[in-house]
Amino acid sequence: MVDISQPAHLRRAFSIYDKKVRAIIYQAGLAVSLAVIVAAIATQTVSNMRQRGIPLTFDFWNQTAGFQINQTLIPYDTLSSYGQAFWVGVANTLLVSACGIVLATVIGFLIGISRLSNNWIAAKVATSYVEVIRNIPLLLQLLFWYNAVLKPLPAPKASIALPGGIYLNNRGIILPAVEFHAGAGLVGMAIVAAVAFTIAFSAYASGVQKRTGKQLPVLAVGLLLLAGLPLAAYVAAGSPWSFTYPELRGFNFRGGQQIYPEFAALLIGLSVYTASFIAEIVRGGIQAVSKGQTEAAHALGLPQGKTLRLVVVPQAFRIIIPPLTSQYLNLIKNSSLAVFIGYPDLVQVFAGSVLNQTGAAVQVMAITLAVYLVISLITSAAMNAFNLRFALVER
Amino acid sequence: MTTTLPVAAAFQHEYIPTSPPPADIRPSPVTWARKNLFSSPFSCLLTVCFTGLAVWLVSQFLSFALINAVWSGDSEVCRANPNGACWSFIRAKLNYLQYGAYPATERWRVDLTQVIGAILIAWLLWRNAPRRNTAALLFFGVYPIVGFALLRGVEAIGLPVIDAMLWGGMMITLLMSVVGIVFSLPLGVVLALGRRSELPIVKAVCVFYIEVVRGVPFITVLFMANFMMPLFVPEALTPDRLLRPMIGTALFSAAYMAEVVRAGLQAIPRGQYEGAQALGVGYFTMMRLNILPQALTIVIPGIVSTFIGLFKDTTLVAIVGIADFLRAVEAARIDPNWAGPTISSTGYLFAAIIYWFFCFGMSRYSQSVERHLARGHKS
Repeated sequence: MVDISQPAHLRRAFSIYDKKVRAIIYQAGLAVSLAVIVAAIATQTVSNMRQRGIPLTFDFWNQTAGFQINQTLIPYDTLSSYGQAFWVGVANTLLVSACGIVLATVIGFLIGISRLSNNWIAAKVATSYVEVIRNIPLLLQLLFWYNAVLKPLPAPKASIALPGGIYLNNRGIILPAVEFHAGAGLVGMAIVAAVAFTIAFSAYASGVQKRTGKQLPVLAVGLLLLAGLPLAAYVAAGSPWSFTYPELRGFNFRGGQQIYPEFAALLIGLSVYTASFIAEIVRGGIQAVSKGQTEAAHALGLPQGKTLRLVVVPQAFRIIIPPLTSQYLNLIKNSSLAVFIGYPDLVQVFAGSVLNQTGAAVQVMAITLAVYLVISLITSAAMNAFNLRFALVER
Repeated sequence: MTTTLPVAAAFQHEYIPTSPPPADIRPSPVTWARKNLFSSPFSCLLTVCFTGLAVWLVSQFLSFALINAVWSGDSEVCRANPNGACWSFIRAKLNYLQYGAYPATERWRVDLTQVIGAILIAWLLWRNAPRRNTAALLFFGVYPIVGFALLRGVEAIGLPVIDAMLWGGMMITLLMSVVGIVFSLPLGVVLALGRRSELPIVKAVCVFYIEVVRGVPFITVLFMANFMMPLFVPEALTPDRLLRPMIGTALFSAAYMAEVVRAGLQAIPRGQYEGAQALGVGYFTMMRLNILPQALTIVIPGIVSTFIGLFKDTTLVAIVGIADFLRAVEAARIDPNWAGPTISSTGYLFAAIIYWFFCFGMSRYSQSVERHLARGHKS
């Protein structure tokens, strides 16, 4: 028993039963053992790499890569460097992630709202979608879309022609290509101007409503601006773009924009899979808004549309956004499954081809992990900023 | 003094016979359909579209998987029938899909390991089972050793050693998942406790580990385990090619487990911690006897859904050359002896059904636990 009646100078100054002393001992122990482990791994790795003749530097970055990549958003050929191959991979990862996020959000919201529909059959179909899709591994779905749906399509000669000059074959989807002529910039400027005017008008309208209670027709004016201005510019510039339709020449198509089957399979697989999780999040978010809110809005005389837009959705969004963020992050991380179907994303190009050719496993993996961490951090920062707008403002 | 008050007359003693509900709300199929299928023009449209879609999908599925399917016969019969699944292909490959190249005479060992595992898991998950602590001890402590001895073999007790190169199919998938859960749950508990710790260095280390691992894709962790682990250790200590992805899997899912467990720790009221401290109970005893049993119980649904994710993620180990179930399906699918137009679809359909049953079963279990816990909180 500790006799606390003793004066301070008689008590032991140092005791392992002292909480603070223990804290220091534990943490020092942890820090030292971690440092020892890291140092041991580092020296071992360096010696192993020397022994096996694996490069220890980043010199490979500027060496010629020498392999082909089919889908490149930025200039790349076999003479380009490993560094350029890396950027091609990053761009492809970002492209499929961005398209996937948009598509998964749209499908997910539609399915999630259908699950809450009063219509029995719509709710049941949506529920079945969620229960089937989310319980099957994503990789299996990707392989199915790629190997069982897109690859068995006919060869280019026997392509399936869709209306609008679109062709489907085992080399992908061939769309008409758009060619811009002089004056296309005018239409672009008109679109920017229309968006700016619409935002300005809605800000003005909400100011008017706050001061006088009068509601201005924001929707009508906005639609008119967004449709009218670009259309006027298009006519004024004299149809500044045209379509080149793909033509079958020999064994392949010339002209037109090709969407590779790898990209299509990955995009479909990722969006369909992630949408099933988003649907659940949306359903949960809307159900979490208490029924009293809807009833109170109705009692105040708000019509159904405004009840949803002004009362239910803002509150549901507050619940939806954090889990939605983690689904977006999952989608970005899952885009690395591209390596299984040969879509040239970061992992396939960099952690696959470049790693195999250079053998610089440590450097390549460190860069790959860093890229994913940076993408994750930026996405969560953006979603957090978006979340602030919906967050509960407490007094 | 007893006087009966004349209240009896104030209210009626007989029940008034219930009158039937008005005709238009009486529960008949017609009123049900009017309310749930045709309540508005838009609803009618939805009904037509979704019914068409559902009928089309179900009929496609039934005609492919059942009505037009080939149930017996060789690859010739399957090639002749491009409209239906080729189940005889699955039947011919079933052993390979289950055990990979594991020698036929020794397959009872795999079966035995799986049966023991199934019994222990059922014991752990069955809510009213007696002595669940023993089950936990057996599953997390004894089972990995027994399972390893049975699967790999120990010469000393008369079980020939089977090289891990020969393992494959469903047994790898189950093995990976079980190894993942057995090692990631304890590690996850440690990480979660570290993250909630008051010691700044401990906390920083745990937060760093959890956030970094959760920020990167599983594939990159597998790549690291496969390519970098041999560089990290002296050549003599290099883990074999099946062990490396297992370590990667366990370390990866530990970070997710840690977040699940942390949610449970946060849900325990402060009074529980303070009560234990007031009784003079130390940190580790308090966690072991007071906090963790409660915290882990309420996060069982979370643990199960993390496990479902882990189970689905085991398909990715194919990237480092491990022949798991899906990889076995892929290998069987491109067998030239069985080449045919329906083989790929049949293989994927079979794999999908198997994975779906596992995952759906687990998610149903987790939902039932969730309902049970919710009931417990209300009463």
